[in-house]
Amino acid sequence: MASMAPPATGASASLLLLGDGRLPAGGHAHSGGMEEAVRNGRVNDLGTVGEFLAGRLATSGLVAAALAAAACEMQHPLVLLDGEADARTASPALRAASRRQGRQLLRAGAALWPAAALDELAGLYHLAHPTRSGHVSGGQGPPKRDRFAWGPHHPVALGAVARAAGLDGPGAALVAASWSVTGPASAAVRLLSLDPLAVHALVARLAPSIDEVAAEGALAGGGAFEDLPCAAAPLLDVGAERHATWEARLFAS
Amino acid sequence: MPPDASRPLRLGVGGPVGSGKTALVAALCRLLAGDLEVGVVTNDIYTTEDADFLRQAGVLDPARIAAVQTGCCPHTAIRDDISANLDAVEDLESRFAPLDLMLVESGGDNLTATFSYGLVDRQVFVLDVAGGDKVPRKGGPGVTTCDLLVINKTDLAPLVGADLAVMARDAEAVRQGRPVQFLSLREPRGQGAAPVADWVQAQLADWRA
Repeated sequence: MASMAPPATGASASLLLLGDGRLPAGGHAHSGGMEEAVRNGRVNDLGTVGEFLAGRLATSGLVAAALAAAACEMQHPLVLLDGEADARTASPALRAASRRQGRQLLRAGAALWPAAALDELAGLYHLAHPTRSGHVSGGQGPPKRDRFAWGPHHPVALGAVARAAGLDGPGAALVAASWSVTGPASAAVRLLSLDPLAVHALVARLAPSIDEVAAEGALAGGGAFEDLPCAAAPLLDVGAERHATWEARLFAS
Repeated sequence: MPPDASRPLRLGVGGPVGSGKTALVAALCRLLAGDLEVGVVTNDIYTTEDADFLRQAGVLDPARIAAVQTGCCPHTAIRDDISANLDAVEDLESRFAPLDLMLVESGGDNLTATFSYGLVDRQVFVLDVAGGDKVPRKGGPGVTTCDLLVINKTDLAPLVGADLAVMARDAEAVRQGRPVQFLSLREPRGQGAAPVADWVQAQLADWRA
């Protein structure tokens, strides 16, 4: 007798693969503001790491989740969503870091889940032929020195890659929400020599909040532009600007 | 994967802290930049010191030298997640096309640090005599599998009590016939690196063939 189980799509395994911190998409070199917060003493132990992560999740995590879900569901043209991401990222240094990571994620995604949509998105940003000059409407062009380091914003790239991987908006939002804390958590272990088990336990305790933010983001991402959240953490913006001026830093952002 | 002759040969230069990676890269630029179009990507652990040193050494147009941050994990950036290095390499390659040679210098790391062949086509690992003459025997993927093992600072051997013959014998034993080059980069105008420059030219010819 034939099995009653529906044919496997691989979506669950793909979700784990995409969300895995070992995904070779450049994330390891970014601290999500943790390096600056540690250097300036705002984060110095397990307790303050936990507060930092909760704050980041509720602000940039929520915005990223909504943008990723919207991009995954093709709710709006991706270049327009990219402009929305610009509008929600006050710090030029963070915009640059997001576009750099978007480019890297797009490269990884195109290798893992080849799709015409990913090639088209890369083409919009001249990644396939970066010597061509050009301008993408709907988004502000990068400073000239950054022209070659230019890709779509990270959450937009994430949504497109998630779609290519066969995921839906809530899946993309979950990855975005999760990444908003797992990257900085791992940076905290390296920067403060904290017990990695204790830091992972912190993230585990945040799991209900991560789910909640992902669900809220997915809901907002399915709606109109004006429903996209614009939560902001001014200290993350200010810190990113400071960090970018340091002569010596371990992380790219 | 068949080589793509439309892009430069990408050569990784790895090895422990202080072994002479940056000095070797500077010497190679000095010896090869007259003949070849060269770009350099550096992966300092903490600063842009290596990139700054190369720029100040005046061996290459500063715009052809890019620095990458590695988030405390120099080996990750050259092996497990090469994204940032690929960005830097591709950017230099498209800005200065056509280049012949792209040098990618790793941050100083341990004996297990190797480059992914997704990033480079050939790799050199640099040890130095002052690190101890037992290092080649210890092996590790960096020492055993690189395409060329360079043992630098031979001029220091008598001062640190290192036996070059022991190093040569051990290196040969663990490398199963892969080449080893002893040199001293203290010779003026980068001449100490001439045998490595010749090796690079041969690799380039081979890779394009």
